[in-house]
Amino acid sequence: MKAKGWKELAIGGRIDEAGNAEDFETGSWRTFKPVRDESKCTNCLLCWIYCPDSAIAVKDGKIKGIDYEHCKGCGICAEVCPPKIKAIEMVQEGKVKEEEQE
Amino acid sequence: MKVVKDKVVIALTGNDAVAEAMRQVNPDVVAAYPITPQTELMHKFADYVADGDVKTEFVLVESEHSAMSAAVGASAAGARVMTATSANGLALMWEIVYIAASTRLPIVMALVNRALSAPINIHCDHSDAMGARDAGWIQLFSENSQEAYDNAIQAVKIAEDRDVLLPVMNCLDGFILSHTLEPVELVPDKFVTDFIGEFQPVHNLLDSDNPTTFGPLDFHDYYFEHKIPQIEAMKRAPAVIERVGAEFAKATGRAYGLLEKYRTGDAERIVIAMGSTCGTAKAVVDVLREKGEKVGLLKIRSFRPFPCRQVREALAGAKAVGVLDRAVSFGSQGGPLAIEIRSALYDNVKVPVKGYIYGLGGRDMPGECVEQAFEELKRVAADGKSSDENGFLGVRE
Repeated sequence: MKAKGWKELAIGGRIDEAGNAEDFETGSWRTFKPVRDESKCTNCLLCWIYCPDSAIAVKDGKIKGIDYEHCKGCGICAEVCPPKIKAIEMVQEGKVKEEEQE
Repeated sequence: MKVVKDKVVIALTGNDAVAEAMRQVNPDVVAAYPITPQTELMHKFADYVADGDVKTEFVLVESEHSAMSAAVGASAAGARVMTATSANGLALMWEIVYIAASTRLPIVMALVNRALSAPINIHCDHSDAMGARDAGWIQLFSENSQEAYDNAIQAVKIAEDRDVLLPVMNCLDGFILSHTLEPVELVPDKFVTDFIGEFQPVHNLLDSDNPTTFGPLDFHDYYFEHKIPQIEAMKRAPAVIERVGAEFAKATGRAYGLLEKYRTGDAERIVIAMGSTCGTAKAVVDVLREKGEKVGLLKIRSFRPFPCRQVREALAGAKAVGVLDRAVSFGSQGGPLAIEIRSALYDNVKVPVKGYIYGLGGRDMPGECVEQAFEELKRVAADGKSSDENGFLGVRE
């Protein structure tokens, strides 16, 4: 996306298009990355409800994955995942889980 | 219900005069917190609210930070908003003062000038306004209560002009004007209503058909671009201030520009000042003129935007200039006004300038002090050299 010049901007730093946060990728802010174990997940969608960045991708009532372009790694999804399930683990960026390496 | 139908001259303090202007403007929202010497201004306006003389939503907040925050929110929501403060109150609202200007919200705030602490002092100087000079607000200074009243009305029209859309600080000297009774000519209520018209915000937060975001995050990629339109708006402001002043003069006979030249036409020594001291300086100029001395006063009404070109023109024939500053810019080459004057003259008009700091913390500025400056300017004119000399008026050694 070509950056706009000052003459093209709305005054006062206003933004007139709604829902434009999607255009701003915040994935690089992450220190810890949520990694979801599909075999444990019951698709209760609590993580989808709580995610402040709408980064839990859902289709037909089922979780399809995590939008790492926008997930900031806050860890709320892992926190709200029911204790008996614990399908989401926060892993430090750059340290990929052993099973994923295999 | 209070109604002013015809022009009338009544005795008012500066605070009451501005409150009267606010009654006539009838703003949608006023948010304020009391601080001396602004308190009586809002007391008076609160009376108008309580008596049903205005339809204003009067928001009593817990601090000046909240006052300006409420003003910003209300203005973004499309309301015509006014407030008032002084010194430490302005200091507390600092963060939001910048946000109001950067968000291009045409809020009008009376600033009843008072010295900033410490030591704590409730009396007049311009350190509060000068501290906020780079915040992006238009700053108008008043010589007397009449001007404070007139400026309050004009400020609304200037701020809301589509070429401007910047907040305006209506500065009046604490106590010297705010608490002193003077005859003030009021314009009829209907004149004010017609003069300022209905507020038409460009966008507002409550317009759900055209949703818009105010105050989003900006990084290194866009912050710089968002500052340029602010600079451009400030460049357009002088023409609007002059146009509004001319329109006001047509109805009232009281002319307003960016500055006022008082007997400067053939003046060899010119003193420059802002605020109530201009009245004192005019009296001194008259006395010295009687004695045949070629002296004059240049009164700066608009400190922001600063009228560089007009200052150069006014000082082109002078042999010495004295700048009276009621504030200090610590570590600089003179008070804030002296710095502006020297900067405006540099490379354009070659005339020696002497800066004076006076009247800090409400120290009286008698005519003798202005006379002393005019007297010293004789030597400055004789030396004829551009000087970075700065002095003080009315301080004990």
